[in-house]
Amino acid sequence: MTTLLIAEHDNGSLKEPTARALTAALAIGGDVQVLVAGKDCGAAAAEAARLAGVTKVLHAESDALAHQLAEPLAALIVALAAPYDAIVAAATSTGKNTMPRVAALLDVMQVSDVTGVVAADTFERPIYAGNAIETVQSPEAKRVLTVRSSAFKAAEAGGAAAVEPVDAAAAVAAGSAFVGAEIARLERPELTSARIVVSGGRAFQSAENFRKYLEPLADKLGAAIGASRAAVDAGYAPNDYQVGQTGKVVAPDLYIACGISGAIQHLAGMKDAKVIVAINKDPDAPIFQVADYGLVGDVFTLLPEFEKAL
Amino acid sequence: MKVLVPVKRVVDFNVKVRVRPDGSGVDLQNVKMAMNPFDEIAVEEALRLREAGKASEIVVVSVGPAQAAETIRTGLAMGADRGILVKSDFSTEPLGVAKALRAVVEAEQPRLVILGKQAIDDDCNQTGQMLAALLGWPQATFASKLVIEGDAATVTREVDGGHETLALTLPAIVTTDLRLNEPRYASLPNIMKAKKKPIDEKTPEELGVDLTPRLKVLKVVEPKGQRSGTRVATVAELVDKLKNEAQVL
Ligand SMILES: Cc1cc2nc3c(=O)[nH]c(=O)nc-3n(C[C@H](O)[C@H](O)[C@H](O)COP(=O)(O)OP(=O)(O)OC[C@H]3O[C@@H](n4cnc5c(N)ncnc54)[C@H](O)[C@@H]3O)c2cc1C
Ligand SMILES: Nc1ncnc2c1ncn2[C@@H]1O[C@H](COP(=O)(O)O)[C@@H](O)[C@H]1O
Repeated sequence: MTTLLIAEHDNGSLKEPTARALTAALAIGGDVQVLVAGKDCGAAAAEAARLAGVTKVLHAESDALAHQLAEPLAALIVALAAPYDAIVAAATSTGKNTMPRVAALLDVMQVSDVTGVVAADTFERPIYAGNAIETVQSPEAKRVLTVRSSAFKAAEAGGAAAVEPVDAAAAVAAGSAFVGAEIARLERPELTSARIVVSGGRAFQSAENFRKYLEPLADKLGAAIGASRAAVDAGYAPNDYQVGQTGKVVAPDLYIACGISGAIQHLAGMKDAKVIVAINKDPDAPIFQVADYGLVGDVFTLLPEFEKAL
Repeated sequence: MKVLVPVKRVVDFNVKVRVRPDGSGVDLQNVKMAMNPFDEIAVEEALRLREAGKASEIVVVSVGPAQAAETIRTGLAMGADRGILVKSDFSTEPLGVAKALRAVVEAEQPRLVILGKQAIDDDCNQTGQMLAALLGWPQATFASKLVIEGDAATVTREVDGGHETLALTLPAIVTTDLRLNEPRYASLPNIMKAKKKPIDEKTPEELGVDLTPRLKVLKVVEPKGQRSGTRVATVAELVDKLKNEAQVL
């Protein structure tokens, strides 16, 4: 058994979902090798080599891989696929974009968003916005998986694998080109890996209030900030703050939902948090049904109090 | 330019599904069904392209049971021109659907296929990418903005840290994210008109595809995690519980 794990990185450094997906890859059993494919991504490859449990790092360099476009990246993965029994990536926006393309080129049905490894060919994954968990067995000779990183702990550093350059000639751009990106610079912890997440909903009424009431609390707690879709749609928070079925899935130690009603699509993104706090002025809001601690009241008075009490 | 929009019949997004006690699946009897919300957004985007003079014909296609014709009708009532139903007795999997869609694309020759990014029942998020791979077409998933000029599509995509913009050469695949647009409701006259619009029926055999699922579902269970649901009266009590009982602060 050998698994190829596709690294998530920004050329300069490895992203945390890689270490989490590695834990899932190791649970499958056998050797795990990591592909770091990019442009000037040697530093990320070196980081991957230090992850405990990795037996080899494949380092692919190409202009076509600079922005992780699906077409060249999938073509490269398929060209390298022959020796592997499983190909795994974190279910990040890059993983979700690329892996089904790999699966189709290999004529394999992908297993998306794996939250548990039962056996080398059997996996758990959420369906219906997490309202049910299915166990699926894949008969494919080569299994293609994406892994929900919030469901796995990050593998530790401590490895010393060899980094081997690989031919990236297969990575050819095909019909799509990168024009530009607007990536937010984070001053606080990243949402999907933060230990504490403070989230706000429609209750805040404006972007100004959203910042004014949530940021001091998040700063005090060293927390990441999340949002409901309603808050994002209304422009109170940027789109990459969205937590839920169709946004980010988080599983922090503590999730504090402020002025969020608790629609199933929102719950899908946070109900695996260890401890959930709900603050809402409506005592019947569905969010209280999934909360460990519920506080009924107005966020505009309670949040400043909360921040001062810490 | 012809635009193809694949639409899936799924459980309505407001329904909280129940797992069957025998673990064989979720209970779909007497549950309200609807078009997958992301596919409504895809239909809406195609309609806007037609209204802007960029698209000439919009074909909606669904792979599923006979009742999927209702979902196609919803698309026709929104304004699509005609429908194609690929009949399947199996619950569909993205790879099989992508193969059926490839056959439809080869017959219909659209320049653009707009799909939802994810079906809210299987939550797979695969079909558009798979179709792009099978056709050898470029893809732009999770689109929040789409601009077509001649043979070029400029697409803004929602990615983990923010947005990115790609330039694609048509023919291409686009999958929709929630913020691409706000889908319209079908008006009563349009619902009436849709009844007369044609829906072509095809079998998987006619398309030369096998829709038998590959993955074997061994069991389906309720998610774990009952919560204590303790109500606290004050912020001081909350902080005390978080520090001393839950020990997360
Ligand atoms: C296909 C699809 C996908 C979706 N995906 C997602 C997703 O990924 N994530 C997501 O979040 N949503 C998603 N949604 C939307 C979801 O259905 C809800 O509409 C959304 O989560 C509601 O956001 P909200 O709780 O902030 O707003 P509301 O439902 O309007 O709730 C606001 C809450 O704030 C409370 N409140 C108001 N004022 C105050 C105050 N001053 N103090 C205290 N409490 C107050 C109210 O009592 C209410 O409970 C999706 C919907 C669809 C159709
Ligand atoms: N059975 C189907 N019939 C038509 N379109 C489908 C079907 N299944 C999936 N799709 C399309 O593929 C998208 C993504 O679905 P999925 O990959 O299952 O999450 C959906 O939003 C639809 O646009």
